[in-house]
Amino acid sequence: MPRVIVDVLPKAEILDPQGQAVARAMGRLGVSGVADVRQGKHFVLDVDDSVDDAELERIAETLLANPVMEEWVVRRERNSQP
Amino acid sequence: MSARIGVITFPGTLDDVDAARAVRYAGAEAVSLWHRDTDLQAVDAVVVPGGFSYGDYLRAGAIAARSPVMGPVVEAARAGLPVLGICNGFQILCEAGLLPGALVRNSGLRFICREIRLRVEADTAWTAGFEVGSAITVPLKSGEGRYVADEATLDRLEGDGRVVFRYAEPAPNGALRDIAGVCSTDGRVVGLMPHPEHAIDPLTGPGADGLGLFTSVLTRLTAAA
Repeated sequence: MPRVIVDVLPKAEILDPQGQAVARAMGRLGVSGVADVRQGKHFVLDVDDSVDDAELERIAETLLANPVMEEWVVRRERNSQP
Repeated sequence: MSARIGVITFPGTLDDVDAARAVRYAGAEAVSLWHRDTDLQAVDAVVVPGGFSYGDYLRAGAIAARSPVMGPVVEAARAGLPVLGICNGFQILCEAGLLPGALVRNSGLRFICREIRLRVEADTAWTAGFEVGSAITVPLKSGEGRYVADEATLDRLEGDGRVVFRYAEPAPNGALRDIAGVCSTDGRVVGLMPHPEHAIDPLTGPGADGLGLFTSVLTRLTAAA
């Protein structure tokens, strides 16, 4: 069954205090060189061959992400093209 | 016959009991609506109360906004049914597309639970009993209460007088332009993060300022009848 990945991130212009907290924690671990962190969500969908790209985009835009505050990327995993 | 105001309960809703109590204090009959209901029982208005519907899964309010009961609520709201969303209810109305913008994590990452003063800035179905410019004190209790929208939307809301409530101090959650509550273009759908239903009696809250929202809608309903 084809596998589809949807990654959702807060828009760059939306303050992401969780990402900032993660970035600060890196500093406390002695990690340097990480300029910015944004925290988002990663969805893994196992879909029928009947689900086309337009339907995937609709799923991402209307449910998995909130377009007011988030951006998203839909991609089919390699070797799973119908 | 007294007005009938529906109060929706989702799995994880917390403030339905206080919302129903506020409805009764105001002099209306509270009608319980369940998330799986598809019949609104001909109520005259709807309150979407606070809590953590569906455990805040996906995003606060995201699942509730797509639950069976919200279909008829959205349809009725677009036809003019007064709807009030409080806290998680505000998040649900935004997710359902009835109100613009979104609520995100507080800028300080802390859950905020305290009394707060709000300025009433618009005359709506739920604020008709207040003088525009007056202040009310109600509890704020939320972790994802920071109102955001793009600049054009914020300008439009302010220009159209659709900012209903503003924090009377710099927003403790980082809400853009200190916005605590907004309304639909017709002023009948209102959402706010703080909790008027917890401030209807000095015995159990900071005062009775919040009762005004519920009596306001009753006045409107009675005038229309």
